[in-house]
Amino acid sequence: MTGDNQILLDHGSGGRLSRELTVNLFFKHFGNNILSAATDSAVVPTPGEHLAFTTDSFVVDPLFFPGGDIGKLAVCGTVNDLAVSGATPLYLSAGFIIEEGFLLDDLKKIVRSMADTARSCGVKIVTGDTKVVNRGHCDKLFINTSGVGLLKSSHKNIGSGKGIKPGDKIIINGGIASHGMAVMIARNELNVGGNVISDCAPLSGLTGQILKATSGIKFMRDATRGGLATVLSELCENRKFGIEVAEEAIKIDDNVRGICEFFGFDPLYVANEGKVVMVVAPEKAGSVINIMKSHKYGHDVSVIGEVVEKHPGKTILKTKIGGSRMIDMLAGSQLPRIC
Amino acid sequence: MRFIDEYYDTSLIEPLLRSIKKISKKEVRFMEVCGGHTMAIRKFGLPSLLPENIRLLSGPGCPVCVTDRWFIDKAIALARMPGNIITTFGDLVRVPGSSSTLEKEKANGADIRIVYSPLDALALAKEFPEKNIIFLGIGFETTSPAVAVTVANAKKEHLTNFSLLSSHKIMPPAMKAIIHEGIKIDGYICPGHVSTITGPEMYREIVGKYGLGCVISGFEPTDLLQTILMLVDQVESGKPKLEIQYKRAVKPDGNLKAKKIMAEVFETCDDWWRGFGIIPESGLSLNKKYKPFDAGEFFNFNEVPKPEEDKACICGEILKGLKTPAECLLFRIKCNPGNPVGACMVSSEGACHAYYKYQG
Amino acid sequence: MCLSIPAKIISIEGNKARVSLGGAEINAALHLIDDAQVGDYILLHSGFAIQKIDEKEAMETIRLLKEIGREGQEP
Repeated sequence: MTGDNQILLDHGSGGRLSRELTVNLFFKHFGNNILSAATDSAVVPTPGEHLAFTTDSFVVDPLFFPGGDIGKLAVCGTVNDLAVSGATPLYLSAGFIIEEGFLLDDLKKIVRSMADTARSCGVKIVTGDTKVVNRGHCDKLFINTSGVGLLKSSHKNIGSGKGIKPGDKIIINGGIASHGMAVMIARNELNVGGNVISDCAPLSGLTGQILKATSGIKFMRDATRGGLATVLSELCENRKFGIEVAEEAIKIDDNVRGICEFFGFDPLYVANEGKVVMVVAPEKAGSVINIMKSHKYGHDVSVIGEVVEKHPGKTILKTKIGGSRMIDMLAGSQLPRIC
Repeated sequence: MRFIDEYYDTSLIEPLLRSIKKISKKEVRFMEVCGGHTMAIRKFGLPSLLPENIRLLSGPGCPVCVTDRWFIDKAIALARMPGNIITTFGDLVRVPGSSSTLEKEKANGADIRIVYSPLDALALAKEFPEKNIIFLGIGFETTSPAVAVTVANAKKEHLTNFSLLSSHKIMPPAMKAIIHEGIKIDGYICPGHVSTITGPEMYREIVGKYGLGCVISGFEPTDLLQTILMLVDQVESGKPKLEIQYKRAVKPDGNLKAKKIMAEVFETCDDWWRGFGIIPESGLSLNKKYKPFDAGEFFNFNEVPKPEEDKACICGEILKGLKTPAECLLFRIKCNPGNPVGACMVSSEGACHAYYKYQG
Repeated sequence: MCLSIPAKIISIEGNKARVSLGGAEINAALHLIDDAQVGDYILLHSGFAIQKIDEKEAMETIRLLKEIGREGQEP
């Protein structure tokens, strides 16, 4: 079929096509066990501790949106990938690809934002690179950040969820879909408005506090591109357990819900930038919730479901009226629709 | 949210189900002909809540699903011509044509833009006077008035670079075709939003001539259950009727203004429906006054042959309610939302997509 | 079909309205309805208001549904 030899936008959407490209091209050729574990941070053995190492590139448009900017996103994204792997983030690199003609004032704002965010979560940006390309050869500004953090042996399975068992609780630190809709409003392409602020935030303080206070954290992942639904369906795919979540327990702000309704978007698949999904041993769930409730990035915590024995490999959402719905990965990004 | 949440009140669900179970004795099959209903019924898990003697069938109510591959092939041919901007609702972008999709053509460099409103396409025509802007028109009576307004405005503003490729269709001929095909149903759950435009009267012939109850339904779970209760009551009493459950949105005359603009711009024509073939007088094309805006008139589609339908794909039988998606050999394994073969899987409201997503 | 959403008119300028749902806002063309007023609820589809929601009928439907609810609870 035409287009099979071409990269589509959907290859970058975080859905099934993205995963296929990652596995069939990058994993295949770079091939090693650490990479193909496919955790948010690569966990590399070092004498004594483990080193968590991750990288991410940021191309968000527009560069500034309610609740953040590309710089804050670049720090939070990489810090969070380390944090949800159970690591303590320590050092970041920052690579900039800048389009000729980009305003220095805007760059200053973004760099200051990165510095503030890094300081707020105790990480240092210790190395970097800058390239400028001809006008038209990149869209204003692209940033890549890589990060390393230290990971205790006892936490090394958190990224892969090896120890998950039926009965474990599934917890998320707040309401979903704000980031994706905040960016949509900021793009102003569809003249949509609303009081939606991105949830972009560094979560290492929250995760660090929880890991210090309690054991029994079996799994963590941040629900970025592809949304909460993608995390849940990836989590149980090809595993011996299933997942059940309750529609009622998943919090969505009214403004966010309104925009999703206008365009026919499912909030479960919309990107977040400050949400961590945790799988927790049931006897520890109470203390996790208490810590979250008293933290600024966790006060809207919700227990959304649990790991179950039935329907292994599938995630089922129970609707308010008792019906059920399977949550699967999307092929690509959601598009505004009339049907 | 007002006018949504009140109708999703879970305390109203049990009593409705009890009332249905109390009076429902006969085996009945009710068909809905609206993609929104297909999805809502699956999303709320209604089939598992209703008694076993009530079966809900999904009919040809998804405009994307009933649109043939030839339409997509023509749209792709237009996209490949230099100087054209194709504007479309998001629903069409991943629908498979014979050998490509609009999404893949976009990756290949074609100028294809998703619009929220057909008026956005008109705005593009004014912004780019040197380009030809073609709007891909799909949808039933809910959408065609908006497109009619757009074409009328194009004429008022003397635009020469805007045109419509129409696949618009109307509902009643398809509802009658279902009956003529001998598909056994005991009543229709009538499309709620189509009916806000048309009003209820167009279903009267189905009640009178074929003795089938028609109830126009809203989209929330209480709406659908109340509709089913009304249809069951009609069947058990032997009195088929035309009734409106969705009274907050469907008025006795429908939307007169919308019907007027539709009549001003469109005329009916024979049209090809996936699963049915040609249904007479079931499509909408631009009438003589607005023909200059018909993309079919001034683009050459001679090089775009009518494709054969995929033999293994049974979307046609599914659209007629003859088979369920689970009975299709391609379902799930070869045909799924990530890799759709037929339109019923591409469209979020398609029977196969809804079944895949919600059958849990 | 189809995605039609009940939204509230919060401002009008000529043939164009700004409508709101849960605090989110978007434009709606008014060519298909008459006498639109700020505060009216409309059904929004593909960027157009396609019908006004009849609040009296909406309340009546709820009343009927609640009546079924009450009847269902009687022994």
